[in-house]
Amino acid sequence: MNTSPANTTTIGTRKFHPGDSAFRLSLLASGAVVVIVLLSILTIMFIGGKLAFDTFGLGFIWGTEWNPVTKIYGALPAITGTLITAALALLIAWPIGFGIAFFLTEICPQKLRTPLGVAIELLAAVPSIVYGMWGFFVLAPFMSEYVQPWLTATFIWIPPIGDSFFWFTAPPIGVGLLTASLILAIMILPFIAATTRDVLQQTPQLLKDGAYAMGATRWEALTGAVIPSVRGSLFGAVFLGLGRALGETMAVVFVIGNAIRMPDSLMAPSATIASVVANNFPEAEPGTLDLAVLLALGFLLFVVSFGVLAIARLLLRQERMS
Amino acid sequence: MKQLSPAGRARYFRRQLIDRLMGGLCVLAAGIGLVLLGLILWMLFSKGMGGLSLDVFTKTMSQPGSGGGLANAIIGSILQVGIGAMLGAPVGMMVGVYLSEVGKESRFASVVRFVNDILLSAPSVLIGMFVYQIAVLPFGGFSGFAGSIALAIIAMPIVARTTEDILRLVPQAYRDGAVALGSRENEVVRKVVLPAAFGGILTGILLAIARIAGETAPLLFTSLGSDTMSLDMTQPMASIPMAIVRYSNTNYADWIALAWTGAMLITVGVLVLNILSRLSFAAVSKQGG
Repeated sequence: MNTSPANTTTIGTRKFHPGDSAFRLSLLASGAVVVIVLLSILTIMFIGGKLAFDTFGLGFIWGTEWNPVTKIYGALPAITGTLITAALALLIAWPIGFGIAFFLTEICPQKLRTPLGVAIELLAAVPSIVYGMWGFFVLAPFMSEYVQPWLTATFIWIPPIGDSFFWFTAPPIGVGLLTASLILAIMILPFIAATTRDVLQQTPQLLKDGAYAMGATRWEALTGAVIPSVRGSLFGAVFLGLGRALGETMAVVFVIGNAIRMPDSLMAPSATIASVVANNFPEAEPGTLDLAVLLALGFLLFVVSFGVLAIARLLLRQERMS
Repeated sequence: MKQLSPAGRARYFRRQLIDRLMGGLCVLAAGIGLVLLGLILWMLFSKGMGGLSLDVFTKTMSQPGSGGGLANAIIGSILQVGIGAMLGAPVGMMVGVYLSEVGKESRFASVVRFVNDILLSAPSVLIGMFVYQIAVLPFGGFSGFAGSIALAIIAMPIVARTTEDILRLVPQAYRDGAVALGSRENEVVRKVVLPAAFGGILTGILLAIARIAGETAPLLFTSLGSDTMSLDMTQPMASIPMAIVRYSNTNYADWIALAWTGAMLITVGVLVLNILSRLSFAAVSKQGG
């Protein structure tokens, strides 16, 4: 470098070239846009919901009453509904999704792997409103006619906890927490299957071959060699699915029944944060407490999803780097 | 096998049994999943085809029993999605270029990458509520333009992510060659890297369009929907997803049939866009060698 003249052509050392400076600056600005969008979503949602936080304080989060007439709003019923449906959906979808992923990477005949894998990815792209519609017109009637009467009859012997905790007993009307969870599960199933398959495929073949050379069966190779090496990413895929289930609106709104009260049965109408917001928004006038409450609910949902998604990304990234 | 002791043989069979059992369960899971999802698609098409006619594309939404169509919703969807993609895709592309070519592993780039990944999967209903506050309330009403902004915010991170992934596949030798010929940084990117990755970037944009075409929740808060034909972006505007919501919450058989048809149209559109993006990506990777 000592012998080269001052006008070296190495990128980054040339100073004051308007083209390059403008180029870098505009790219940097676009990168800043991404950060600014996220920060402004956070601040604007908080400002919008401030009236609600001012009125009810932190008690807004654990208030159990929701009464538009007396203007007393508590977020706990919607939060509980959101957590129950998302958890239940994950509980149903994860084992099946993992099974599909393992099937696609190890068991399925080579020729079928690509077409089936593509089919799963395409299904993950179907808009959520289609699942919601299907749930409303097909699954809900089926639940009320067959599944719910059977569940009620089968689990009637379970003693109630507290006053009204009959989790499987309720009039069979088809909509409610259970139906919403099932729809969510069906919706996130292709998503979880596709991400889990990607994670399983990342495992080096050498690792699997090593396990097989030791005499392991396919299942032992999976549990003994593959899973320990990608455990973080597998959890990352689950958290991504959870993030989707928490904030899903259209698939839930059709089948949850939209009753804002503390859930006391898996089969009674209930609500999630997203469904409360979508349902009550048209009647909420700008500037009123009614609207501020909905925006405050949105802010809470954003904070929760942010946490879940951040964990998911950190888990997935960790693996990518190692 | 002959050398195994009885205990060893028992263990061998137990391991085999567990393997077969778990393998069988996985096949069962795959079967259940595929049958369930196939059932939904089959139902969608069998119900959707029933309401499909020329009227769907030529007539606007109207009173129950008078044989309306979805023409205004289709036009509204195309307008909002088109403008949304035109707003969101360029910014997303620039973010992708920044992450791959300039920022790389720097601290700010890592933050941008992380935030972009969060935005990528943030609940779309929140984007709708956000845009409601910045583009609906201040301007005194719902508008197609607000809908486009919401869709643009959803499209941007998708394009950014795919652009970065694609640019990273462009061989470093291309950049080195361009620099060796005396290109400036912006020329390297504009004349060498971007053209080499053009097909892949297009794939990302198609995927983003497919994603925002089916979005419903954000439009609920922004463009609201409308029963009449309107091309005015400053007024509430119809869209296929909002038409589905409006038509399925009724008791009129012909409206419900139209809702199914709308759902089928949007699904077909999304799937075709996805398949197109796959084909274009396959063509590009083959070309790239």
